Amino acid sequence: MPVSAQVAPPLLEVDGLHVHFVTSRGVVRAVEDISYKVGAGEVVAIVGESGCGKSVSALAVMRLVAQPAGRIVGGRILFEGRDLLTVSEDAMREVRGRDISMIFQEPMTSLNPVLPIGLQIMEPLVIHLGMDEKAARARAEELMGLVGIPDGTRRLDQYPHQFSGGMRQRVMIAIGLACNPKLIIADEPTTALDVTIQAQILHLMKDLSQRLGIAMVIITHNLGIVARYADRVNVMYAARMVEQGTAAEVFREPKHPYTIGLLRSVPRLDRPRGQMLETIEGLPPNLLDPPEGCRFHPRCALAIDACRADVPPLVAAAPDHLSACIRTSEVGRLARPAEAIRAEAATRASDASPGPLLEVRGLAKHFAAGRAAGSWRSDHAEIRAVQDVSFTVAAGETLGLVGESGCGKTTVGRVILRLEDATKGQILFEGADVTNARSGDLKALRRRVQVIFQDPYSSLNPRMTIGQILSEPLTVYGLARSRTAAGERVAEILTQVGLFPYMAQRYPHELSGGQRQRVGIARALAMQPRFIVCDEPVSALDVSIQAQIINLLEELQRSLGLAYLFIAHDLAVVRHISKRVAVMYLGRVMEMAGRDELYANPRHPYTQALLEAVPVPDPVAEGRRAHKVLAGEVPSPLNPPSGCVFRTRCPKATEDCKVVVPELREVDAGHHAACIHL
Amino acid sequence: MLRYTVHRILLMIPTLLGVAVLIFFLLRIMPGDIVELKLLGEGASVTPDVLAAERARLGLDKTLIWQFVDWMGGLFTGDLGVSMWTERPVAHEIGIRLELSLQVAIMATILATAIALPLGTLAALFRDTWIDHTIRVFAIAGLAVPSFWLGMVLILGLLLVFNWIPPLTFTPLYEDPWANLSQLIWPAIAVGYRYSAVATRMTRSSLLEVLKEDYIRTARAKGVYERLVVARHAMRNALLPVITVIGLEFAFLIGGLVVTEQVFNLNGIGKLFVQAVAHGDYTLVQALVMLVASFFIIINFVVDMLYAWLDPRIRYG
Repeated sequence: MPVSAQVAPPLLEVDGLHVHFVTSRGVVRAVEDISYKVGAGEVVAIVGESGCGKSVSALAVMRLVAQPAGRIVGGRILFEGRDLLTVSEDAMREVRGRDISMIFQEPMTSLNPVLPIGLQIMEPLVIHLGMDEKAARARAEELMGLVGIPDGTRRLDQYPHQFSGGMRQRVMIAIGLACNPKLIIADEPTTALDVTIQAQILHLMKDLSQRLGIAMVIITHNLGIVARYADRVNVMYAARMVEQGTAAEVFREPKHPYTIGLLRSVPRLDRPRGQMLETIEGLPPNLLDPPEGCRFHPRCALAIDACRADVPPLVAAAPDHLSACIRTSEVGRLARPAEAIRAEAATRASDASPGPLLEVRGLAKHFAAGRAAGSWRSDHAEIRAVQDVSFTVAAGETLGLVGESGCGKTTVGRVILRLEDATKGQILFEGADVTNARSGDLKALRRRVQVIFQDPYSSLNPRMTIGQILSEPLTVYGLARSRTAAGERVAEILTQVGLFPYMAQRYPHELSGGQRQRVGIARALAMQPRFIVCDEPVSALDVSIQAQIINLLEELQRSLGLAYLFIAHDLAVVRHISKRVAVMYLGRVMEMAGRDELYANPRHPYTQALLEAVPVPDPVAEGRRAHKVLAGEVPSPLNPPSGCVFRTRCPKATEDCKVVVPELREVDAGHHAACIHL
Repeated sequence: MLRYTVHRILLMIPTLLGVAVLIFFLLRIMPGDIVELKLLGEGASVTPDVLAAERARLGLDKTLIWQFVDWMGGLFTGDLGVSMWTERPVAHEIGIRLELSLQVAIMATILATAIALPLGTLAALFRDTWIDHTIRVFAIAGLAVPSFWLGMVLILGLLLVFNWIPPLTFTPLYEDPWANLSQLIWPAIAVGYRYSAVATRMTRSSLLEVLKEDYIRTARAKGVYERLVVARHAMRNALLPVITVIGLEFAFLIGGLVVTEQVFNLNGIGKLFVQAVAHGDYTLVQALVMLVASFFIIINFVVDMLYAWLDPRIRYG
């Protein structure tokens, strides 16, 4: 036991917590026997994939598990020595917001849309501290300053929809801080935010927690965030705790096969790029009917018969480091990185084709600004979503298009797909101008150019079976002469994407997120395209599933010679899959270069800031990095800054940057950047 | 906000114009000829000349376009014309009945709202308990029971239990409130029950929906009293769809109480509507349709204004 733990009891001690959800299909054991401690002023992370029970275990601390289905059926939650599960509802209400605050994932929906921000911040002050209106308002103004919202006094009277996502999350933090709590529970606080904003928010939280001595529980799936900010880590899998320890320990030498797998399946910016990602095969279990013994054994490469028998207890694997695996002592020896995969180094299909497959020249897309409700003439305002974008993609190659939300990357994809018409510029596919292709030409183009969408949940029609979804394009384009032929082809593509032919009978809701995304890929493949626009294809998926999908995309590229335009906000994923990368900001390309060159030697200040903002899953490396946080937010594309669009946030900006629109020019061989200071 | 309001008011004009065009020409397509009904109704034989003369007198001999222009001209100068059947001004025919219809509609709305909001809220807060089940039975019964039938039961009940029936002639509220209310409260109850059932169900489902929202969880995590969570955080958001339902039902009541008016022997707009259509009384039907359409449009406008007042996203849109 560490010395500190002997001196004072922990601030929060969760002991043997069990939470059940009663559903019509049975009892879901969402949290089973979870124990962890949080010391005063400590930052503790709870990590796991979606559905592992990490959020529920945190909500249970606040006794806010969704009623009436959710029930806390066992365990103790000791806060300053008092068991919160036994106090009255009213006493619990007094703890909430006063001693323990919570910050939620979705800043867009977590604030009440019809109440002013000021009221929402002042509420806990009035309720818990009995402040009068005037004192509460003064404190609210102070809090707005503390969380870095400029012009806080005026903005207190505004409503949530008048704030950006990042600013709303700051408001949530202000609410959380209002009564000087001892503990803040942050449930995926930055998952919905862009990388640079994520860095700002996390930095703010860490800084405030240090300055004010507030302990924090961060619930996240992002291992980089854990490495950068947490003191201690708790890893959950399928409702159980599988590993616990200090962040340094766990990242240096993970002991549980699941943690090891998790760490290996994330593409990383701080390591050389491997040929293929290692994945954890299979899916997390259904908690209605979890496997016997160790929950992880069906997916574990090291599983032995004994793993199926009993639930492994958390045992000390090293000082202050617990792991729930019966082979803990052998794991280090057994779980070597699979050299075979790395050595596979199959030559990528980089057949030198004569011309580019796709060429985009000076592309621009402007949207008429949505008229404000009630205004009756259009204000002729334009959103310049994309401006002067040019690039090429060769056959069999992947171009990564990366940037924060609103940078226009998705619009570029949609214009290439001809789902939107270009305002200016040209799109050439296989040498032919398809910018304005109509009817027959467009139909022909659709066969060659396909798309994979981000959200596997909403992009498949819930009333159609997988078979119907996949055979529809075959019939529409006359690729299958008969129903039997279509059925055979569907079976073939399903196998190709790692699903089973019998799944053609299923409906989308019967499949998991990863499986649905495979169906999305299969739907694109049905047309036998040469080029696929992948619009954030893995961002809605869990880490272990994400790796499987990325590997699948790479495999298909090798075997079918596909070219991808890979649109994503995750810099590590883009690096992993792309041959060349273009970085966009506010509608323009800031930098474009070969993957290794761009990541090793970023030239544009924006690219540098982006790479800086991404936390890497290694506390040691994180400790060495100077965290320069990019200030400010992305300006509105309705009214972009003059000259260089990045100048308002750029550390190198000068007066000249206001005047000159920097051209994308070659700064090194094959390395283009748009900055006048290079 | 001002722009929004002005914009909404200006939009009413084309909507009403559209209604005017539609009803004018639809009426002309309908079979039935007021002149024949009027003059041949009693089995009398009239020469074609007399029929033609009567048509000319009513202005029905002009081309459709000119008839339309005449009517529109009247509308813009505030002249609704003369009923082709009773020969009395349309404004007068409608005026004497609107007072009654409007009063019943307002009373039914107040009654329905006063029942629906508390019951719907209770049902949502005590979801799946006996309270919710009881309220559900009450509401489903309200949806299932026709208003006119409930009206008859009310009259029969009053007769059997108190040996009393409501007055059969209308007394305006300002002349004798007691006589007025003792007549009109019964149709208001008969209609209001069904109305409250719709609104209760809507309040319940809307509130349940809102209580699932993230910001409600935020409010609870702040330690806000549960009463305040409902009253301050949930209610305002939950009321939006309820207001729509209440508004549309109100507009419907103005012209839609045909059978209930029969049951209580009320001389209201609904009854007038039926008579006017049966007689082929073009001027009166047109005026009535315009009246009901105006009510719908105005109510919708009021609902939109309430939305804007409740929801800042619209106010500052």
